[in-house]
Amino acid sequence: MADEQKASFLSELFAPVAGFGVTFATMFRKLQTEEYPEVKRPTQPRYHGRHQLNRHPDGLEKCVGCELCAWACPADAIYVEGADNDDSEGGGGRFSPGERYGRVYQINYLRCIFCGLCIEACPTRALTMTNDYEMAADERGKLIYEKNQLLAPMQEGMVAAPHPMVAGLSERDYYQGTVAKATPEQHAWADAREAGLASRSASAAASTRPPAVPSTQGDAR
Amino acid sequence: MSLIASLAAGLQTGVDTIAPALASTDNPMADFSDTPWWLSLVKAVLLFVIMVVSVLLVTWFERRVIGRMQQRPGPNRVGPLGIMQTLADGVKLALTEDLTPKNADTVVFFLAPIITGAMAFVSFAIIPMGAMVTMFGHRTPLQLADTPVAVLLVLAVAGVGVYGIVLGGWSSGSTYPLLGGLRSTAQVISYEIAMGLSLVAVFMFSGSMSTSQIVASQKSLWFILPAFFSFLVYVVTMVGETNRLPFDLAEGDGELGGGFHTEYSSLKWAMYFLGEYLNMFTVSALATTMFLGGWQAPPGIAAINGGMFNQGWWGLLWFVIKLWLFIFFFIWLRGSLVRVRYDQFMRFGWKFLIPVTMLWVVAVAFIRGAQLAFFGENTRTATVIVVGVIAAVALGVAWVWDGKRAAAAVPVARPEEIDPFAGGYPVPPLPGQRLREPSPRGLQPRTSADSYPELTDQEATRG
Repeated sequence: MADEQKASFLSELFAPVAGFGVTFATMFRKLQTEEYPEVKRPTQPRYHGRHQLNRHPDGLEKCVGCELCAWACPADAIYVEGADNDDSEGGGGRFSPGERYGRVYQINYLRCIFCGLCIEACPTRALTMTNDYEMAADERGKLIYEKNQLLAPMQEGMVAAPHPMVAGLSERDYYQGTVAKATPEQHAWADAREAGLASRSASAAASTRPPAVPSTQGDAR
Repeated sequence: MSLIASLAAGLQTGVDTIAPALASTDNPMADFSDTPWWLSLVKAVLLFVIMVVSVLLVTWFERRVIGRMQQRPGPNRVGPLGIMQTLADGVKLALTEDLTPKNADTVVFFLAPIITGAMAFVSFAIIPMGAMVTMFGHRTPLQLADTPVAVLLVLAVAGVGVYGIVLGGWSSGSTYPLLGGLRSTAQVISYEIAMGLSLVAVFMFSGSMSTSQIVASQKSLWFILPAFFSFLVYVVTMVGETNRLPFDLAEGDGELGGGFHTEYSSLKWAMYFLGEYLNMFTVSALATTMFLGGWQAPPGIAAINGGMFNQGWWGLLWFVIKLWLFIFFFIWLRGSLVRVRYDQFMRFGWKFLIPVTMLWVVAVAFIRGAQLAFFGENTRTATVIVVGVIAAVALGVAWVWDGKRAAAAVPVARPEEIDPFAGGYPVPPLPGQRLREPSPRGLQPRTSADSYPELTDQEATRG
């Protein structure tokens, strides 16, 4: 035990009322309170917030529908339904490079514990977490996020899926970052499909189910 | 109307006939001769409004200041700077369900908060808040009323206010309120004795119990200096009297669940709340009047321009500043101190404050005698010299007493040191034993000499 320091006469005299000095001085110190809704403090850069499904630079999705995230999830919050990419004429279209893509992707934020195990499990870096933490809702259904809510926003040079891969490149090239942006052919393909869809709906031949509309009949809920 | 006027006139003449019988110095200084009855009514209504608004303000002020003392902003969402928070709370309070417990004595249960609330308003009537002013063409003091025994009235009204607490606690028909009410009553009554005694010194210095007279006699020297000990005692007792931290034993959230008003809700509870905060203002106003020169300007400012700042409405400013200084002190106490234990509190009141204040009163009597007999004139120097001598003697006695107590403190022998792991298992120390301090180098590796004791379910014999 260290010897107690010899207190000076003055500090000994005022020791019983020193607390008053503490409270008085504290009045002029900076407040610790965060005025949250008005002033939002940024989170730490690696904060575990809402998930995001990333895209390749040409707009194809990175998710291959492998369900590893769903399997890794300790809270059973993720539901994934994979489907085959279909490049054929009149087919379902291509959403990701390679064989398959995630047709249905749901995360139940009432279950999610934001542990990030899904991020670690993802083999294609498709699933990452953002710093967005404002996900409160007054209804259960609103907290089950669908794929369209989770997908990363379109960036410069991207074309929304479905569209073919960049001509002459393989799935491997995509993962190695060879693709920089959508090529003119991809743009042309997407525009043509857009026109085709428009004319088809105009001709009221609505019996054929339009592709690219993911079913919302998942069971993450 | 004429009936009331004649009644008031009759009352006035009655007072006039009584007054000359009393000693001339006892007469209030305040001159109410040019104050018609309707002006008194106006003043009463104004006073009422000011007090209610003050309570609204002080709850907000308190929460803001305590917040700052804890490095948080306090209420800041309703209105500018959160100033409408109290109003919102009040509306919420009025809208909550008014519960009356099954076992409650309904009439008394209803009456008790009204007693507390009403009594809290009464005392402020005799507080002088300023010099003579002109209101509606009449010269009148900024004071609702004054009597030759005005300060006794405050003490008496405070005593009646206790009925609200004890009756409220009793009529709730529940244990915690009863305990809280008893505690509160014991507390307020105990500290009222010391409070009354501390004020005796002021009466002796001013020669009157009339508040206006007391303020007038502090023209040259505020009583905080000659009656400094009274002031200290009064400050302690006023906290005890108002049931505020660190003396809020009656509420004792931990052990009494809110004290005497546990069963109260809605507007009845609001009456207690109002009464509590009004009492805070009352005792602060009394402290201002008794010790800090009432509405008079501080010494330096009072000398400016031939006493200009002691005239008319200026007094109100000084009074309000001094009053809120005391309010801030109350809040500061609450932000700094924790609640004292009940027995400590009572012991302090009965065994220290009351006897010491009695001694002080005797000392003041000697001071006054000395001033009038030995020093001739009632001068400031005489007062300061005598008070200084008494303070020096008191300090000397305290010094000697403290030294003796320190010498009496015999160093306690250090208890025997044991190794808690001696038997192989950690054991707690027995009375009179002390565990060996852990080595700074960590646990020493066992040598082969002290082998492990055999692992058995039998406890080893060791001492």
